[in-house]
Amino acid sequence: MRKRDRSPKTYTRLTHPLVRDARDAPLRRATWEEALDRTARGLAAARGAFGMFSCARATNEMNYVAQKFARVVMGTNNVDSCNRTCHAPSVAGLSAAFGSGGGTSSYEEIEHTDVIVMWGSNARFAHPIFFQHVLRGVHNGARMYAVDPRRTSTAEWAESWLGLNVGTDIPMAHAIGREIIHSGLVNEAFVLRATTGFEEYRALVEPWTLSLAEKVTGVPAAAVRELAHAYARAERAQLCWTLGITEHHNGTDNVRALINLSLLTGHVGRYASGLQPLRGQNNVQGGGDMGAIPNRLPGFQDILDGGVRLKFESAWDTVIQPHYGLNLTEMFEAMEDGSLRAVYCIGENPAQSEADGEQAVRRLRELDFLVVQDIFLTKTAELADVVLPATAGWAETEGTTTNSERRVQRVRRAVTPPGEAREDIDILCELAARLGHDWKYPDAEAVWNELRSVSPDHYGMTYERLAEHQGIQWPCPHTDTLEPPYLHGRLWETDPERRGRPAPFGIVRHDPPVDLTDEQYPIRLTTGRRLDSYNTGVQSGGYASPLRRGEYVELCPEDAERYGVVVGERVRVTSRRGSVLAPVWVDTGLRPGLAFMTFHFPDEVDTNRLTIEANCPIAGTAEFKASAIRIEKVSASGPALR
Amino acid sequence: MTVTPLGIPRRLLEFTLDGEPVRAPEGSTILDACRAAGKDVPTLCEGDTLTPKNACRVCVVEVEGSRTLVPACSRRAEPGMEVRTGTERARHSRKVVLELLASSVDLSTTPRVAGWLKEYEAKPDRFGPDAARVDEEPRVDNDLYVRDYGKCILCYKCVDACGDQWQNTFAISVAGRGFDARIAVEHDAPLTDSACVYCGNCIEVCPTGALSFKSEFDMRAAGTWDESRQSETTTVCAYCGVGCNLTLHVQDNEIVKVTSPHDNPVTHGNLCIKGRFGYQHVQNRD
Repeated sequence: MRKRDRSPKTYTRLTHPLVRDARDAPLRRATWEEALDRTARGLAAARGAFGMFSCARATNEMNYVAQKFARVVMGTNNVDSCNRTCHAPSVAGLSAAFGSGGGTSSYEEIEHTDVIVMWGSNARFAHPIFFQHVLRGVHNGARMYAVDPRRTSTAEWAESWLGLNVGTDIPMAHAIGREIIHSGLVNEAFVLRATTGFEEYRALVEPWTLSLAEKVTGVPAAAVRELAHAYARAERAQLCWTLGITEHHNGTDNVRALINLSLLTGHVGRYASGLQPLRGQNNVQGGGDMGAIPNRLPGFQDILDGGVRLKFESAWDTVIQPHYGLNLTEMFEAMEDGSLRAVYCIGENPAQSEADGEQAVRRLRELDFLVVQDIFLTKTAELADVVLPATAGWAETEGTTTNSERRVQRVRRAVTPPGEAREDIDILCELAARLGHDWKYPDAEAVWNELRSVSPDHYGMTYERLAEHQGIQWPCPHTDTLEPPYLHGRLWETDPERRGRPAPFGIVRHDPPVDLTDEQYPIRLTTGRRLDSYNTGVQSGGYASPLRRGEYVELCPEDAERYGVVVGERVRVTSRRGSVLAPVWVDTGLRPGLAFMTFHFPDEVDTNRLTIEANCPIAGTAEFKASAIRIEKVSASGPALR
Repeated sequence: MTVTPLGIPRRLLEFTLDGEPVRAPEGSTILDACRAAGKDVPTLCEGDTLTPKNACRVCVVEVEGSRTLVPACSRRAEPGMEVRTGTERARHSRKVVLELLASSVDLSTTPRVAGWLKEYEAKPDRFGPDAARVDEEPRVDNDLYVRDYGKCILCYKCVDACGDQWQNTFAISVAGRGFDARIAVEHDAPLTDSACVYCGNCIEVCPTGALSFKSEFDMRAAGTWDESRQSETTTVCAYCGVGCNLTLHVQDNEIVKVTSPHDNPVTHGNLCIKGRFGYQHVQNRD
């Protein structure tokens, strides 16, 4: 049998609580009593300077209780999760346009559409089963266009591949919009009835001629024109994107630029016409829906709405701060200035997932108190004062999660957790009790039913119905009916009353990546996923994938030749923030000047030493997709290796 | 506005099944109607998520006016049809097919086949000990799944699942012709040198265990595989946000394999490598 060349670090399960006696002392085993008491003391001392990192891989019920803990027990809206590093711009962009942050379509619809645009998404690798639905669509006759700097295996299935320069999505979208307008392909009835700001949008995109777009994006004008016409002329069309759109310093603007195209053509709010941001973590949609974000209460209800606050205040017998909390990015900044002193981190690994990783670790070290609740001793947990062993949300816990098509589905306990590990909700309730709040949840269903009572979009989803229908998509306001699988059908109503708030065009301008390439850093590094691995590798490192090769820096054949490097040769990769050693891989899907890496093996190659913490001001997401780097040959007689 | 999607409306058609009038939705196969009527017609190559391939011929029934026996899995029911499932001719044909299959390949891990052999009084040994079609060791060339051609009945379900019906990877195909025909990875490559992406959707549809999880293969070899001690729990995958449904097969508090419900609107029985095999992290226990 062929052995894997590189075995990543495998994590073993945490089986008992750990505490640290002094700042520099090692973590030692503790009883649950001691660990919980220590945690309660640490949190009590930090009221007013507290942040909760909730978990996009845990259940909806856990996220509901975690945000309630932050808001009721700790009196703060500082609660967020790793949606901040991935799809927060999609949520921000979609809610700015439509008032709701979910993807508008179901998977099934893409099988029955005419044109599919996959923008900044290697779905074949990152969302393989969604891509099966896409391929059904393609086999049914849909034309697919892939817009991506890399010619990925997703692009192999496309009618055409538009290989744009990293960070030029807005010029591309604006040029498509201008071409649609100039060709008379605007859905005028829809624009007139259901949108606002069209004239401003028309003026915004007017300079973006096909030839200017070709210069800026690197995509031939004819290909842009073809996509514009295919999308606009289609009876039904789906526009899908992933982190290639969102992980930029202007991610929300990118999302709005894409939404503009759907408004222009009326490709939203109808069966098989819609917008689909593909979520990266199993419950990143649900975490936000449950209010584990700083600006929304459960059911995606706005904290600034007094009526909403009143409802939750009476349900929870508390006072809700009438302002938005800090998002994950802002919480990290607040660690720097000392205004955030304690963090409760559940199932997240920011020490390895944040951009500019060294800075993230330094900030976490400066906290007065860090408690980490996880199933492994992650790099983040190693920094903690208290580590609480939890259960795996998907296999050891009852509850629900919400997928990319807003489908709430049941997760179930199949195995007994190891050692003294306890369920997240149980731990949170123990801590709440120590801090003066007596919460009684006999099981996950009780949490869910409390959520149903305060979230109209979830009211109709009883556990019984979820099992019966194999999941239900929100909104589901009634216990006896189901809504259509797509959102925003209201925009097509003729009665203005029922149509509601029109969708505004996003007036967004091109802003190139922050980290510019120059003579010293001539290569654009972009990041993404590989098929068999996942994020920081903590979960995916545990099985023996025959596809796994470890981390490497991918270059195109021309660049490999230019630098005189061959496959497997270790090179130094340096950005303005840090430097790593990585072996070379050659990928013909890349173009000269473009390199690719992942975050899957941070213990071997810490790619996030290279990335830049240039954040989207609206969503707080960092520009993981665009760093400037240089590649240097490492020779045995050269400078000493770090 | 409340809209409940019902799918395309289908009319009911009437025909006769073993002398009884039955009604089935337009487009149903004879096999669908048999199952709805509670009749057990054996099949091996039929897959609920795949287009029928008509390869195994175990499910044949008699249709009035048809010269030959008819495969129930692929023939659509028609109004006024007269179908008989348990005639001497159909039963004899099934018996011979089962004898031919069971003499040429190892059906020891094929669910339900032992019962059918008994029911149809099939005697596979009457062809002698040399009837085996393939005589080779199982191929173990990776840590995730095993190919055992000694159990392969050439039903083509894996080819279809890997091909344009689901996965579109096209790593699995048929090599050779006639008696030499066999399912192969890119003619005869080791899996690890092929286009295989280890989604395991071929294992999901394999009716005989010719394709099996390495975990199951190892436990069978060690004599510890015991389905009577296993529980099946359906949950949602721990990886990306697509929300695939996983059925965890658990024996002695260990996940021993992962399948996926075939009637699920997200997955239709399919998974990717992480969903199918990436569960080990929860049971890395010291």
